[in-house]
Order: sequence, then C-alpha cells, then structure tokens
Amino acid sequence: MTTTTTENAPAPQRQSTRSGPSWRSRMQQMLAAGTLVLIFIAFSIASPEIFPTWGNIVTILYSTVVIGLLALGATFVITTAGIDLSVGTAMALCAVMSGLFIVNWGLPVPLGIMLAILFGGLVGLVNGINVAILDLPPFIATLAMMMVAGGLALVFSGAAPIYFEQPSYMWLSTGSIIPSVPNAVLVLLLAAVIAAVLMSRTVLGRYTMAIGANQEAAGLAGVAVRKWLLIVYTVGGLFTGLAGVMISARLGSAQPATGMGYELDAIAAVVIGGTSLSGGRGTIAGTMIGALIISTLTNGLQILSIPQEWQDVLLGAVILVAVFIDRLRKRRERTS
Amino acid sequence: MTASRRTVLTAAATALLLPASACTGRSRDDVLHVAIVSKGFQQQFWQAVKRGADAEAQKQGVVLTFEGPPTESDIEAQITMLQNTVTRNPDGLALAALDSRAAARALAEAEQKGIPIVAFDSGVESDLPVSTVATDNAAASREAGKHMADLLGGEGQVAVIAHDQVSLSGTDRRDGFIAGIEEFAPGIELLPTQYGGGDQAVTANIARSMITANPDLAGMFGTNEGSAIGILRGVQESGRDDLAVVGFDSGRAQVEAIRDGEMSGAVTQNPVAMGRITVQTVLAAIRDEEVEEVIDTGFLWYDADNLDSDEVQEAIYL
Repeated sequence: MTTTTTENAPAPQRQSTRSGPSWRSRMQQMLAAGTLVLIFIAFSIASPEIFPTWGNIVTILYSTVVIGLLALGATFVITTAGIDLSVGTAMALCAVMSGLFIVNWGLPVPLGIMLAILFGGLVGLVNGINVAILDLPPFIATLAMMMVAGGLALVFSGAAPIYFEQPSYMWLSTGSIIPSVPNAVLVLLLAAVIAAVLMSRTVLGRYTMAIGANQEAAGLAGVAVRKWLLIVYTVGGLFTGLAGVMISARLGSAQPATGMGYELDAIAAVVIGGTSLSGGRGTIAGTMIGALIISTLTNGLQILSIPQEWQDVLLGAVILVAVFIDRLRKRRERTS
Repeated sequence: MTASRRTVLTAAATALLLPASACTGRSRDDVLHVAIVSKGFQQQFWQAVKRGADAEAQKQGVVLTFEGPPTESDIEAQITMLQNTVTRNPDGLALAALDSRAAARALAEAEQKGIPIVAFDSGVESDLPVSTVATDNAAASREAGKHMADLLGGEGQVAVIAHDQVSLSGTDRRDGFIAGIEEFAPGIELLPTQYGGGDQAVTANIARSMITANPDLAGMFGTNEGSAIGILRGVQESGRDDLAVVGFDSGRAQVEAIRDGEMSGAVTQNPVAMGRITVQTVLAAIRDEEVEEVIDTGFLWYDADNLDSDEVQEAIYL
C-alpha cells in the first residue's frame, strides 16, 4: 500500500475524454485487487489444505452473490454522490413479491422472476423521484424507503415465509449449467458484465460520473440531471430485485424479515472497491473485488476458527483503510 | 342535510374516540386489559405465541394487545414500546425482554402503578415480575446434545452455529447443547461456536466454510429456526449427505426436512402453550391469585419417528 509519486500528476486529458474508468480509479481498483490477492495468499499459507481448494473457492463465490448484486446497483447510486439505504429491505420485499407472483398467483417462473426484478426497479424509481424530483437528501429518502419496504415485505407476506415449490426457481441459484459452478455465481458474473458495460461504455455511465463529480456543472453542460438520476436509482433497484430473486432461490423461500444490515455490507463492498462516497468516481470491477474481499476475509477467518467478534473488528478495519486511502488521494488531488 | 352531516360527524368522532377510551383502561369499562410486549411478531414462533395468547384472551373475555419490535436486536425500540404500554395503564403486563436489564426502569414504573408484571420466553434480571413463563432453553438444548451424541455413536466432530452471542436464549442453548455433548459423549470434539444472527443465508455461508475447513465434521446444531435451516442449506450445497443436522424450534421448512430425512431431529418449545399460559398467569396475577415463580412451558424432541404424534403436532408451529 505504498503510494507512488506519479499520482501527483493526473493529466486532465487522461481523465478520459472517452468513457472508461479514470486513471485514478483504476489505481485504486488495482490496489483493491492487490489486497484481495494478498488476503488470498495469506489464508492459503495459514490453511494450505483447505482454504485454496476449489470447493472452498466456490463457497466464497457463492457467499458473494447477494451482497455482490446489491453492491452493483449501489455503485451507480454512490457514484452520483448518492446513497441507497433501502436495498436490504427492498431485496426482502422483492423476494416476497417473487413468492406472491410465482407461488400465490401461479405465474410461470420466468415471468415471476422478471416481474420481481421490475418491482425492484419500481422501488428504485420511487427513490429516484424522491431524490431527483422532490429534492430529498438521498440518505433520508432511502432511509424512509428502508422502513417502507421492510414493512411492506411483512404486510404482503403476512409476516410468514413464502415457500417455493418450483424446482426450476431454486435451480436458478443452486443448479449448475457448468459443472461444480453454482448458477448463482454465473448470474452474478453476468450481472457484473452488464453493469460494467453500462458504467464504462454507455451514456448512462458517463452521466452517472458527471453528475457525481459536479451536479451543477453537469446540468450546465446539458445533462438532464433529474432524468438521469431517476434512471440511476431505477437501475440500482433492478439489481436489488435480482438480489431478492437470487436469495429466495437459494433459500427456497422468501424470508420477509431478512435484509436489514445487508445495505451496509453492500456499501462497504463499494467503498472497499474504490468508489468514492463523495461521488464522481466508481468502477464495477472495483466493487466486485470489494465484495470478494469481504467474503474471502469472512470465509478465511471462519476457516481459521477466529472468534466472530474479531472477524467484525478486522472487516471494519479494512473499510477504514479503504476510506482512508480515498481521503489521502483526495487530499493530494487538492494540493496538486 | 346539515343535521345528517352532523350525525355523521358525531359518529366519526365517537368512532375515533372509542379506541382511545378503550386504551385508558380500567376507569372506563369493566373489561380487563392485558398488554404483551414480545420480542417481535414477524417470526413464526411469535405468531404462534400470539395465536395462543389471542385464543386464551378471547376465551377469558379480556382485551389483549400484542406488540414487538421489528427485529430481535432492536432493544431500544422494545423499551420504547414497553414504556408506551406502561403509560397506557393496562391491568396486567407480560414482557419477553430482549435485554433484561434495559427494561428495568419501565418495569419499575409499572410496579409503582400497581400493574402486575409477568416475564415470558426469557427471564428478567429483576424481582418485579411475579412469574416467569418460559422454556428451559438449556435443558432443551441438552436434550438435543444427548440425541446428537446418540446419532454419532459418541464420537466425531460437532459444530454449533448459534443465532446470537448476547441474549440468554442464544447463550443458554449453545451452552446447554455443549453440556449435553460433554455429558453424554465426552469423545466428541466440539468446534468453536460461530454466530449467524439467525439469518439463513449468512448461516449457510458459515456452515459451508465450516464443512470445508473440517472434513471430519459429523454433526451440526443450529440454535433456532433460521440457524437450523441455514445449516441445512449449507450442508446441501456442500454435497454432504452423511452429516447429522439437529435443530431448535420448528416451522414448516424444518418439519419437512425432518420428514425427508435431511435433518435428524430437533427440540421445540411449545409457543402456543407459552402464549396461553402467559395470559393465564397475567390474569391470575391481576386477580391476586397465587402464581408460581417459574412456570416451565416445556420442550419436546421430535424426529421422523414421532413427528405425527398428537403431542408433537400441537407443539410445532406451521
């Protein structure tokens, strides 16, 4: 984690006239990747027979899926300098909706899944309206939505889990198109590719970063800020909907009371991945690495039978370091 | 026209005021008001407690309120609820405390007002409650440990994933199970306990890690419904079919897993009875009758053999 002198001179023209991630975020992304590799090597040395086995790697990947999906959506929102605290309970709500559509209404599984994902988009759209049209601070708007979604999940489910009887639904998470790779991992990978393309190759990504860097300037430059914020929160919601589908497919049931606290894990993954909480900078690859750091650390510490209290302490320390590095960069940016 | 509008308005006002007057309790009518503050209401366990309490309240002709915080870690929200409940002046109060000490101040106020207090589900570190209506969690878990010892023939590695490391139900069940294993199968090696917060997905991840880390693992115990189902999920995903999984509580997924042979068995409390006995005890206290200090609502081991017996069917909550 040594800092190099070269980052004192971020030539403005290199900060992408094209839409790719900036040099700066690529640096932080590489730092995160390096951290992940270090963690992996450290655990492999500490537990050579167990930790680096394929079976355990699948375990790590599987436990990354839900947080990873939530973090993908959160990357867009956080890059606009916003925040979405509602993703955890909205995920539970979408899982419940999936149960209602498929189990209670008897809709075909693919249709039910699509509707549940779209429902997530709808929740995101409402967040977007509150933030972009009604000008509510994102923190407050999504905090309120956190409660609304959590409550609705209980109301719509009658406060009881909804059990799926459709094997094809569970197959979405637990089946394996590729031998010994759970489909859930493929879904995460696919979602990450889509998110990465959206972020680095489309107008959406470019405007997301422009709005986050300086909302006023983006507006003056002709970006329809309100419209694009609506879209960003809706996109975030779609990923939340997918997370709701994937967690209920894994568990074979929609658990209405779950999700609380998941939003913080998602935000942690985004931040560890180098996306700045003050906006304007974010990469999907970084977020995926951030999510993997969290799940690898958790898995490795559990394998070493480290008491849970210390697992939390270590994870918190990793987040602190990540934010500190972000701060450090910002300070250099200002002084250079 | 105006007269009828006034009638409507008066009716509306009366309708609005009625519940308010019902809340102020004793002075307005002769019906007894019992308030229950539980640890939550969204889990099936609490729904079953509520069912038992509601049925008993209806039978006895008393008004019952039943509330609980959004999650079982919202200690402060529960204390606020308790405080508001005491302010409302019910005739009797039952509390399943999330944190037995945090409730002390509100309980003292209830005592001052002469409202009899009954603790249920878990005790309160206070002598204010006239009675504690609860399952002996440690004894129930010890029973689970005994069955685990039998299942494994007294040897092998066993792991516990508990739902939390602070509450009495979490620690009593963990320690009770460990005591059971140590007593009935000293040859079994116990791995350090992990905690999944009762969250199925989190627990499944932990279970997978533990199974990977300990190839000789032969049995796992989950201290509540979410933990048990999470373990089961992790075991299934790991592709192991030779692990003995033992749980606590019941619920549809757990009962089905036991029926299918994926789970060896579980201990369960009797939440319906707990709700019923809690209301009975509060009413007895209101009427100044003698009540026992501790009332055990019992527990039951169930597995594929006795699942369909009447005794088990009454205790499990689906």
